[in-house]
Amino acid sequence: MMRKIFAAGTLLAVSAMPAAHAGATLDAVKAKGFVQCGVSTGLPGFSAANDKGQWAGLDVDVCRAVAAAVFGDASKVKFTPLTAKERFTALQSGEIDMLSRNTTWTLTRDTNLGLNFAGVNYYDGQGFMVHKSLGVKSAKELDGAAICIQAGTTTELNLADYFRSNGMKYQAITYDTSDESVKGFEAGRCDVLTSDQSQLYALRIKLKNPGSAVVLPEVISKEPLGPVVRNGDEDWLKVVRWSLFAMINAEEMGVTSKNVDEMRKTTKDPGKQRLLGLSGIKGQGLKLSDDWSYNIIKQVGNYSEAFEHNVGMGSPLKIARGLNALWSKGGIQYAPPIR
Amino acid sequence: MSEMMQEKYAPGTHPDWEPPATEVGVIGWMRENLFSNWRNSALTLLGVYLVYLIFVPLIDWAIVNADWAGDTRDACTSGGACWVFVKVRFNQFMYGFYPAEEYWRVNATAVLFALMILWLTVPRIPLKRVAGVLTLFVFPIAAYFLLGGGVFGLSEVETTRWGGLTLTLILAVVGIVAAFPLGIILALGRRSEMPIVRALSVAYIELWRGVPLITVLFMSSVMLPLFLPEGVNFDKLLRALIGIILFQASYIAEVVRGGLQAIPKGQYEAADALGLSYGKKMVLIILPQALKLVIPGIVNTFNELFKDTTLVLIIGLLDLLAIIKAALEDSNWLGYSIEGYVFAGAVFWIFCFGMSRYSRALERKLHTGHKR
Repeated sequence: MMRKIFAAGTLLAVSAMPAAHAGATLDAVKAKGFVQCGVSTGLPGFSAANDKGQWAGLDVDVCRAVAAAVFGDASKVKFTPLTAKERFTALQSGEIDMLSRNTTWTLTRDTNLGLNFAGVNYYDGQGFMVHKSLGVKSAKELDGAAICIQAGTTTELNLADYFRSNGMKYQAITYDTSDESVKGFEAGRCDVLTSDQSQLYALRIKLKNPGSAVVLPEVISKEPLGPVVRNGDEDWLKVVRWSLFAMINAEEMGVTSKNVDEMRKTTKDPGKQRLLGLSGIKGQGLKLSDDWSYNIIKQVGNYSEAFEHNVGMGSPLKIARGLNALWSKGGIQYAPPIR
Repeated sequence: MSEMMQEKYAPGTHPDWEPPATEVGVIGWMRENLFSNWRNSALTLLGVYLVYLIFVPLIDWAIVNADWAGDTRDACTSGGACWVFVKVRFNQFMYGFYPAEEYWRVNATAVLFALMILWLTVPRIPLKRVAGVLTLFVFPIAAYFLLGGGVFGLSEVETTRWGGLTLTLILAVVGIVAAFPLGIILALGRRSEMPIVRALSVAYIELWRGVPLITVLFMSSVMLPLFLPEGVNFDKLLRALIGIILFQASYIAEVVRGGLQAIPKGQYEAADALGLSYGKKMVLIILPQALKLVIPGIVNTFNELFKDTTLVLIIGLLDLLAIIKAALEDSNWLGYSIEGYVFAGAVFWIFCFGMSRYSRALERKLHTGHKR
């Protein structure tokens, strides 16, 4: 019901939207001097407020990268915490300039909402966590298992599809919140806990003994998460898109926040020179200053730094790169060249 | 005198003797109330055992085995409550994302508010009318500029950075203060003899009472922006506040109407006989009596509103509960939800309990023999 109303409202908004001139958002952002970025109200590793009240996380770093590209200062971002239901409205109504809130890129969202996905900053997917003591190595061995899930998410649907297509049976135990499902899993009500993989790692920390559970390698759904902008300003879309691409390209070339200053002075590599705005098209195509990409790498870091620091081995979550490794290292993170 | 002292009594019947220790004081009370017969005694022992079962582990967890020192989760080693989490985040829970160097502005607003309340409630301080006008009209404006800044050299702090207990109190206080007069007007409107006024009031009250607060908030945050032209935004907090006020006013209206109906018809007629205008009749005769009657109902409604403010978490406003939930999602502090929720519960209890104590004191003060 809610969804129908929401969709109706959304359609209304899209049809009522006046045709903005190209570059409207970018100009407006430049004029007001900061990026208004919509993030989650709290999602471990992606966007959460730290002890000092600053927002931090992988999604937050995308916002900071855009600010670094536009203003040369990654701190020129104001964050709007949004719930899942209000995120698209906030973007459509112009309350925020960009949305970086673990949002899955789907056909429906890309076409129906008047929005544009700028890229993918995290390839997520639904996975399984099991008690280590079960000795299960693959999701294919889960026939007849009791599975804890959260009510009312697509998780249930994916689970049903996966088990049916593999000819297996399961018993679903539904909980309302993730805290409850963790407690159920811990108390032994179920053998398996299913959720998006990025969530499973966070849920694992909530266990009394995190080492007693393992996340299985199988991923049963595609959840490419990425930053979103409003339709109608291609310039702005490109700034967001290439801010993300610059981070991925920097990782590929081994340029980090630590060595970027030195690289900029000494590098003879034409690819790195183009990345750092020393030759080639520089900032001109994006209508930004020539050091836009340098500022991103210097202040936010390359993709690998952002990943490891927020969700990877440098964080409590300890998520392996997996799908999010570079294409050259067995993953699927790939960015078009800066040329 | 000496003769009286020497008077003879049968043993144990001397009138000046104290009653036996088993009949008075703590022991007497216990014999009377807890151990009067074997069934009562058994229930008492069972009760004591249950209390023991609950409280010993609770105190163990919350105090004896709890961790207080340190500032990371590594400091929580003893297996009890990890109050370090609450300690480290305390300022965030109180002020939200308000800049630390500007905390004094929130404190100043709170102190100012407390002083106004004292002025209004302590009977010995004179000039109540001035206090009322200041609280209703001057204080909100002062508080707005003090918190929001942007004038008099105060740096601007957007409402998206307001949060924690500060936001909870803002929502509750503004909701209460603004909904109350609106509610009274609606109650009078519903009892009015003018058909259009009455119909409008009834329609308003029934409409707003018929929808859940969560829907109102959801509409204010998700639907309303879609109807405004692009680029026209007004503050999310303001939208939520308006929703809460409009919603709450309908409840207050019905409580007040209950009070109006309880006033005997003679009071209305007497006021008419004195030749008082409608306004004077209401302000001088009817409302003072009616409002006094429904103090418990009004406080009840406000108490509910105070707790209902937590619903703003569905629209991404980080009130006390929401900011605790957000803090629980920091990957450095995953898994301390019990501590967070216990803290939130304690804070809410303190405020609600304070409100109900005040309401009882007010009832006692205004008691004029109408109670039966």
